[in-house]
Amino acid sequence: MLIIDCPYCGKRPEIEFSYGGQAHLARPQQPAQLDDQAWAEFLYMRTNIKGVYAERWRHARGCGRFFNALRDTTTDHFLAFYKTGEPRPTLPAQHERTT
Amino acid sequence: MSRQSFSALSLILRSLSRHSSWQKQWRKAEPKAEYDAIIVGGGGHGLGAAYYLAKEHGMTNIAVLEKGWIGGGNTGRNTTIIRSNYLFNESAALYDHSVKLWEGLSQALNYNVMFSPRGVMMLAHTVHDIQVFKRHVHANRCNGVDNEWLEPQQAKEFCPPLNIENNIRYPVLGAALQRRGGTARHDAVAWGYARAADAVGVDIIENCEVIGIRRGTNGAVEALETTRGIIRSRKVGVSAAGHTSVVMRMAGVHVPLESYPLQALVSEPVKPIFPCVVMSNTIHAYISQSDKGELVIGAGTDAYTSYTQRGALHINTHTLDAICELFPNFRRLRMMRNWGGIVDVTPDRSPIIAKTEVPGLYVNCGWGTGGFKATPGSAHVFAWTIARDEPHPINAPFTIERFRDGFLIDEAAAAAVAH
Repeated sequence: MLIIDCPYCGKRPEIEFSYGGQAHLARPQQPAQLDDQAWAEFLYMRTNIKGVYAERWRHARGCGRFFNALRDTTTDHFLAFYKTGEPRPTLPAQHERTT
Repeated sequence: MSRQSFSALSLILRSLSRHSSWQKQWRKAEPKAEYDAIIVGGGGHGLGAAYYLAKEHGMTNIAVLEKGWIGGGNTGRNTTIIRSNYLFNESAALYDHSVKLWEGLSQALNYNVMFSPRGVMMLAHTVHDIQVFKRHVHANRCNGVDNEWLEPQQAKEFCPPLNIENNIRYPVLGAALQRRGGTARHDAVAWGYARAADAVGVDIIENCEVIGIRRGTNGAVEALETTRGIIRSRKVGVSAAGHTSVVMRMAGVHVPLESYPLQALVSEPVKPIFPCVVMSNTIHAYISQSDKGELVIGAGTDAYTSYTQRGALHINTHTLDAICELFPNFRRLRMMRNWGGIVDVTPDRSPIIAKTEVPGLYVNCGWGTGGFKATPGSAHVFAWTIARDEPHPINAPFTIERFRDGFLIDEAAAAAVAH
C-alpha cells in the first residue's frame, strides 16, 4: 500500500485516498468550438507515461481535497506532492526521464 | 519444417528411448534483416496472430519480437477465465468467435491447451444485478451465445461450495451461467501457438525489445530499432498489452489507454473441490480451481496507473473477504503466491484491433482485465487485418476512431465494474 503525503493532512495510507488520473488537464473553455478529434483528445487521451507521471489524488476519507503528485510509474515511488493550482515541480535531472 | 506430432502413440514410442528424442518445441531464431511482417509482443495474442498470418494468409517470412520470454507477461499471469457473455452485439461476436476457436484449439495446434468448458457462473447480489444479468441472458441468446438464469438453489446445485444463505453482507440472489465458458491452461496457449507458428516458419525472437519505429518519407513503417539491431518490415502489428502506449508513441501514435496493475493469487493445492468458475463483479470475487489443485483467484485493479507488475496487498485482501463469505469452506486455506500484471484499459473497456493512421502499423490492445479469453479470436482477426490491410468484419467496430466518432462499445457501463 502506498503512503501518500496529503499537502493538507500529512502522510496517510492509500486506502484513505481516491485516484484522479492525469493532472493538469484543463477543460476547454469553449467546448462547442472544438472539433470531434480535439474533444476526443480531451475526454479520452491520456499520456500513460512510463516514468514520472503528474497525477491527481483526492483525500476522500480525510480532508476531501484534491491535490497533485509526481510518481515514477516504473517504481511507484512518489517524488513530489503539491497543491492543486501550483505548477508542476521541477525534479533533479535523473528523475525527468519519460518514455 | 517438420515437427514431431504429439499423440498418445508418440508418447509411448518415445518412452522407449527414455524421452530423449524430443525436439525443442520452437527454434531460438536469430533476427533476419527483413521480414514481410513483424509482430511486437510474444504473448498469446501476438504468437497467435503470427500463427494465423502464416497458416491462413500464406505469409511465412514473419517474426515475433518479445522483450522478455514467451508468455511471460499477461498470458502467464491471468486467471484463465474464458467466456463470451458480453452485452453488446459487437462484443458478443468477437468473444464468441474466440470461444468457438477455443473449442477446437488443441486439435488445431496439436497441443493440449487443456480447454475445459466447465461453466462460468456470474453471481447476482442486488436487484440491479438481477436486472442486468437477465438483460445479458436475453441479449446473449439473441446473439446465439448460451447464457441462462439460475435461482440461488440452482446455483448451489451447480457449485456446491457456494453459500446461498442470508448470513452474509451481500447474499446470492441468483446467477447467470454460461455453460460453454470455462478455463484453459495459459502457458500451454503461449507454447502451443509458439510451436505451431515455428512449425510454419515464423521466427520467434526472445529478449528482443523494440526501442524505436522508423518511418519513411511517406509516413509508412519501414523498420524497427530493437535491442538486437535494426529489422526492416513494412507491416508491424503491435500486440504489447500494458506497454502498448510506450511502443505506439515511438511511431507518434496516441492510443486511448491507461495501464493499471491487475493482481491474482493462488492457494495451496487441494483435492478437487470446485467444479466451475464463479465470478462476482459486485463484490469482486473471481475463482476457479486449476488442475494442479490450486484455487486461482483474481483480484481487482489497483487505483493508480503503473508499470511495476505488482500491486497493493489490500486489493487482494478485499477479494479474499468476498471469497471467504461466499465459500466459508475456504477460510482456512493458505494463499501460496500472488503477482501482478499490467493491463491496458480503454475508456469503454472494449479492445482496439485496428489499422492506425500510420500505414503499415496495426495495433491490438485495450484488452484490459479480460484479454486471455479472447486470445484465439483476437489473434485470428488481427492476422486478417494485417494481411489484408483491412479489418475482418468482426473487428471492424473496434477502431481507435470510435472514440472520436462516438461509437463506443461500452462494456464498461454494461458490466459496471472491471470484468
